[in-house]
Amino acid sequence: MSTTIETSATSLLRFATAGSVDDGKSTLVGRLLHDSKSVLTDQLEAVEHASRKRGQETPDLALLTDGLRAEREQGITIDVAYRYFATARRRFILADTPGHVQYTRNMVTGASTAELAVVLVDARNGVVEQTRRHAAVAALLRVPHVVLAVNKMDLVEYAEPVFAAIAKEFTAYAASLGVTDVVAVPISALAGDNVVEPSAHMDWYGGPTLLEHLETVSVTTDPSEQPARFPVQYVIRPQSGEHRDYRGYAGQLASGVLRVGDPVTVLPSGHTTTVAGIDALGVETDIAWAPQSVTVRLAEDIDISRGDLIAAGATPVPTKDVEATVCHLSDRPLHVGAKVLLKHTTRTVRALVKEISYRIDIDTLEQRSGAEGLAVNEIGHVVLRTAEPLALDSYSDNRRTGSFLLIDPADGTTLTAGMVGEAFDTVRTDADGEDWV
Amino acid sequence: MTTATDSLPATDSPFTLSHLDALEAESVHIFREVAGEFERPVILFSGGKDSIVMLHLALKAFWPAPVPFTLLHVDTGHNFPEVIEYRDRTVAQHNLRLHVAHVQDFIDDGRLRERPDGTRNPLQTVPLLDAIESHKFDAVFGGGRRDEEKARAKERVFSLRDEFGAWDPRRQRPELWSLYNGKHAVGEHVRVFPLSNWTELDVWQYIEREGIELPEIYYAHHRDVFKRDGMWLTAGEWGGPKETETVENRLIRYRTVGDMSCTGAVDSDAATIADVITEIAASRLTERGATRADDKMSEAAMEDRKREGYF
Repeated sequence: MSTTIETSATSLLRFATAGSVDDGKSTLVGRLLHDSKSVLTDQLEAVEHASRKRGQETPDLALLTDGLRAEREQGITIDVAYRYFATARRRFILADTPGHVQYTRNMVTGASTAELAVVLVDARNGVVEQTRRHAAVAALLRVPHVVLAVNKMDLVEYAEPVFAAIAKEFTAYAASLGVTDVVAVPISALAGDNVVEPSAHMDWYGGPTLLEHLETVSVTTDPSEQPARFPVQYVIRPQSGEHRDYRGYAGQLASGVLRVGDPVTVLPSGHTTTVAGIDALGVETDIAWAPQSVTVRLAEDIDISRGDLIAAGATPVPTKDVEATVCHLSDRPLHVGAKVLLKHTTRTVRALVKEISYRIDIDTLEQRSGAEGLAVNEIGHVVLRTAEPLALDSYSDNRRTGSFLLIDPADGTTLTAGMVGEAFDTVRTDADGEDWV
Repeated sequence: MTTATDSLPATDSPFTLSHLDALEAESVHIFREVAGEFERPVILFSGGKDSIVMLHLALKAFWPAPVPFTLLHVDTGHNFPEVIEYRDRTVAQHNLRLHVAHVQDFIDDGRLRERPDGTRNPLQTVPLLDAIESHKFDAVFGGGRRDEEKARAKERVFSLRDEFGAWDPRRQRPELWSLYNGKHAVGEHVRVFPLSNWTELDVWQYIEREGIELPEIYYAHHRDVFKRDGMWLTAGEWGGPKETETVENRLIRYRTVGDMSCTGAVDSDAATIADVITEIAASRLTERGATRADDKMSEAAMEDRKREGYF
């Protein structure tokens, strides 16, 4: 492995894996890390040592990823673990999440920053309830790319029809959720088929190995296709020295492209002005794009502070009424009437939970009305009223400016993750056919 | 490594970012979030490469204004002189304010006791928490990275600590999108890790790209060392070598910088940043595995120290 190749890795891919030990997820993650030479000798020695202490003869690769004492002692994964590896082409950040229903919040957390989700199925079982749940979470969080890894192909004699049937069923289900980019790969994580190296047992498969796909999938949408959104984090005013009169708005572009001279609107005030200058971390530039962190100077002296949004193109109408799909994260249930804090981009406002319209069964996608509250790991649709107006985009348009957190004002606990708008592109109703939409 | 069968990532768009640009943008975002939401943030600054990169990012994040944070160094008393010289020069160059908490003061007045093995790394927790409490720091930037160690792999970017400075993995808040929840009660504080998603290689590539100066001990040099627990330690007043240990002069460098008594050097002839990057890319040991005696104590050594309030 030459250094020039190692150091020329350019792009970054954030992806998530969802699955359980039964699907072979830990083995797959271990295989990806091991075969991409990201597990180093001392880590492997530690795993071998720990495996021997437990009386296991072969190193248990799950121990590479189960970091906390409680997890090792109980043989479970209780949290999202982040893994890092690189190939010649790309740097990867893997959010490794447990797949059982009580860990929906972890899957949601891992998927929130992922550009790609790997859903794992056991070739012997095909698409099961858990598979549908993982697809639903990826769809809910609008993860742009989904990979179906059909694992344990070695246990079904590497049979093409088994793979084809599972791939067809899953792709159809994902499409019904609005997920159109699905790539299915037949693998054996244990034997190493099609994970990093092409399989010698599946001549009928002409597609990329899992790692090849991860290396080559196009990771970002073209920023120029989206309107610019720049939440102001901090106002930079040196007030002394050579930059005495400097006034810049520091932030990270949530979407789009900003150029010097662009007309912009400041929300929620609605003032309009133009971009006078852009400083890219100390270097003056003419243009900046998402997700760059820059400092923007404006032509007119407008009162702008943290929490304001500098926007170009079609701008959202600031509103105090928020309808959103939420995933409840806290052990404390969320009830109608709750007074909470709502954190949206760089703005935190007080909010009231006015209505819990319905709960969504993440396994069946049925909407169940009449929910009085949302318990941990439950997904639902809510109506909120905020104390101050927010410049919200729909989550389907913008994952950064369409997302928010609900926070308990008493102790700061993160209660709920919110996504502005409807959950899926298709609407399902429950069997009772109740009269809400 | 793998054979290419597909086309390379689409590069039609002029709007691409390298992985270093993406990591830099994320870290700068984190610094600015803290500046916007906390009253008294502080950067833990040891003169080690991760803290140096943190400071570099903070300088860029607030340009042309000064960094709106002070620095804190927990001084074990077992320092590399090159690192202290670097620290003081950097503080003066950027007109920063540095607080130093001395482990020695706590040993002198009996609040801490020297360990039989002479290592002072675990002793840093008490002076650190004392400094946080007495200065009322509410956000404390640390250079910890998730790739360093498996207990760190589940660490949040914003990590809540209770009034005892303790880390409870079960009380950690889910972190979604780039929304960081910094709410905390009086007496609690938040540890913030802007380099969470960086690897050792990223840090070095960034140091190269940005032309960041480091203390000389990161590059190959001749030094009197002796072997303990499979690592080359620097001979010094802190308690080494013992009679059974032999001092040799070797060409070495440091991959991490910490307490002299438990930070090991590696045999190396890497004299430049490019050499170091080549060496790391080929290394079969993690940075902590190669150089930190304190992490070898047990499977959960880091988890236990984190729970007590360590970095």
